[in-house]
Amino acid sequence: MKRLTAGLPFIAAVIFGGFFLWGLNPDRDPNEIPSVLISQPAPAFDLDPVPGLETPGLARSDLVGNERPVVVNVFASWCVPCRAEHAVLTRFVERGGMRLFGINYKDKPEDAVKWLNDLGNPYERIGSDLSGRTGIEWGLSGVPETFIVDGGGTVLFRYVGPVVGPDAVERFTQALKQAGALPNGAAL
Amino acid sequence: MFPEIGHFALALALALALVQSVLPIAGASRGNAVWMKSAQATAIGQVLFVAIAFAALMQAFIASDFTVRNVVENSHSLKPMLYKVAGTWGSHEGSLLLWILILAVFGAGVAWFGSNIPAETKARTLSVQAWISVGFLSFLLLTSNPFERVFPPPLDGNDLNPLLQDMGLAMHPPLLYFGYVGFSIVFSFAVAALLEGRVDPAWARWVRPWTLAAWVSLTAGIALGSWWAYYELGWGGWWFWDPVENVSFMPWLLGTALLHSAIVTEKRDAFKSWTILLAILTFSLSLLGTFIVRSGLLTSVHAFAVDPERGLYILGLLAVSIGGSLALYAWRAPEMEPGGLFRPISREAGLLVNNLILAAATGTVLFGTLYPLILEAVTGDKISVGPPFFNAAFIPMMLALVVFMGLGPFLSWKRADIAGLLDRIRFVAVLAVIAASAAWYLLNGGPIMAYLAILGAAWLLFATLREWALRIRLFEVSLAESARRARNLPRASHGMTLAHAGVAVLMMGMIGSTGWKSEEIVFAGPGTEVTIAGFDITFEGAAKVQGPNYIADRGTLVVRRDGELVTTLFPERRYYPVAESQTTESAIRSTLAGDLYTSIATPASDQVNNAGAWTLRILYEPLVNLIWIGSILLVIGGCLSLSDRRLRVGAPRRAKQPASDAVPAE
Repeated sequence: MKRLTAGLPFIAAVIFGGFFLWGLNPDRDPNEIPSVLISQPAPAFDLDPVPGLETPGLARSDLVGNERPVVVNVFASWCVPCRAEHAVLTRFVERGGMRLFGINYKDKPEDAVKWLNDLGNPYERIGSDLSGRTGIEWGLSGVPETFIVDGGGTVLFRYVGPVVGPDAVERFTQALKQAGALPNGAAL
Repeated sequence: MFPEIGHFALALALALALVQSVLPIAGASRGNAVWMKSAQATAIGQVLFVAIAFAALMQAFIASDFTVRNVVENSHSLKPMLYKVAGTWGSHEGSLLLWILILAVFGAGVAWFGSNIPAETKARTLSVQAWISVGFLSFLLLTSNPFERVFPPPLDGNDLNPLLQDMGLAMHPPLLYFGYVGFSIVFSFAVAALLEGRVDPAWARWVRPWTLAAWVSLTAGIALGSWWAYYELGWGGWWFWDPVENVSFMPWLLGTALLHSAIVTEKRDAFKSWTILLAILTFSLSLLGTFIVRSGLLTSVHAFAVDPERGLYILGLLAVSIGGSLALYAWRAPEMEPGGLFRPISREAGLLVNNLILAAATGTVLFGTLYPLILEAVTGDKISVGPPFFNAAFIPMMLALVVFMGLGPFLSWKRADIAGLLDRIRFVAVLAVIAASAAWYLLNGGPIMAYLAILGAAWLLFATLREWALRIRLFEVSLAESARRARNLPRASHGMTLAHAGVAVLMMGMIGSTGWKSEEIVFAGPGTEVTIAGFDITFEGAAKVQGPNYIADRGTLVVRRDGELVTTLFPERRYYPVAESQTTESAIRSTLAGDLYTSIATPASDQVNNAGAWTLRILYEPLVNLIWIGSILLVIGGCLSLSDRRLRVGAPRRAKQPASDAVPAE
């Protein structure tokens, strides 16, 4: 018995060591967050418009049946990186012809209205997700997040975090092109 | 030329370490005094050569020698001198060299000061220490040579990560490593004891000062890191349960347990195999920390440049050192005879509970830190374990610990007098309940857990003070007599009182700054007013400021209370063009009652910039400074205990043990 207890720490160390050895696999990237939604149908939701804003609300039916894939961006006025991202997304809409829909996540309507009035509104439709319920359905890990959804309502791509900086913009542009979300001759 | 000298010195240090890893231990088993004594010279030679290498690297940084790759990657000619020096240990290679330097310092320390240690134990200990040196020196030389040259040399360097260009962080790694690596010598003592098959009170006495020195540095290092995160990262938080924070915290928790169990081994000849196990595990966790930070195994904000090959090498080192020592433990520990018996209510039992709780807390942190990895290996799911888990699991354990921490020092060895104990603590318990109720009445609101924590902290503080007062018979005899008694108490006893009180103070800071924090995030143009915790803050605008190697947006915030000017704060957002990165320089109005913490973020686009809108983050964190004050008390308590004559390194052993009623219990 005594011998067994004295051996326990060694056994535990060997087990931990096994996990470490596995974890060192160079192909493994602990920072990568896989999306459960990729190649899955987008979740069902029906969100009211943001009160005080003329932009209509957003439902799943708005995402399907479009000619080209569309982009869904989850944002909030309290989210600082969203500010930086806003300028990038606006450019994609204005110069690239990207179709952008917004989910306003856990945001006070008056803040959201002020934010959009200050910065400009690139969104065709905006759903107000005050409870955060739709955010959960989409499997959000934080704000902002951006999804590309095709005409059949299938999620093609997910970007976690702000699309800001050359690398992020490049990745996002590639994803848009691959999905065919930009009209021909888009000048980016 | 200096880099080559440094490189060569490292090779020589490795050669000495190789000799030291074989000769003394062979001498100890053959009874060859000359071989045993050789450890003295090799250990001191080792520290000399590693110091030369370290100085050579530092010289390259100070002189901005851009023919050295490490300097190119981590320095810049415009960087302030202090950070050029600190850049020496800012990279993977440099910090590893510092690691090895400290390893050598502790080895040489035992060689130099350990004249009261029997020759055989000392020889074995130093050989074991040299095994670790060989492992890490070869790691440095084979995979991470800090003196590698580049050709052609670039005109200027890439600059050190600006987040690290900070006074607090310049001092953080040396202190942290001194603690981390300091446990290596305790590990070596433990392995030597297992090889000899003998642990006695004298062994515990040699080990304790080294443990204490390492523990004090680790405490200071962790506190400094936390302070840095608090004012530099701009979030106003001081602990994030990030994997890299956790791996420095685990050796601290277990080291604290070791510190206490070694007392029992020293005084009562008990807990022997447990103390040995703690010594091995504490350093194992330090090694684990080194491994995790440098292998990219887990997601963290800290990690160094990641290289799986290096990870594999360290894992090999871990397998040999941890696996080897634990196998040795499994083989030899059962042969150790158990020591002194004790009753369920006694100081031994109190310290046993302390040890169990600390070990369980360490296990919890270890589990939470590695759980994402284990889950991913078993099921493929990726998750991250955050503060909710740690807070839910860790805080109740700490509250239980605090209850016993207050109680422990009142208990006597072997068997405590229960009636007398209850008599002495009743008053303290009542006081603590009154304090918590008063807080409840005055503050109305805040989480219920916070009030439990207040109760715990008050209990600990009052119990610690009461125990100290009993010792010097405060108010029972004249004040002069009490002062005389206080002078006659061993310093270790005062050290315990200070450190335990420090924990209570620390807790108060943690409770205040988490339970009653208020926070405002606003988009502000000039003239915007924010009211928080009774302060009226006006944002006057922001202007561009040029620093030595950065450009900053500096906001001006005028703080008033009841119409009267309190202070003006200037938070900055700095941009470092060479490193192409930004840092937040928060501006803090710091008082004992709480910190008014402000930071500013750059506007997102030009459009907004024109409108003059900025993002301001303003927090009020009550009592947060008590966290640092409590940490300082812990460090002073540890130093005081370390200066105790009984523990002083190299002090001749007394013929007779001090009478047991004067024995401290820190």
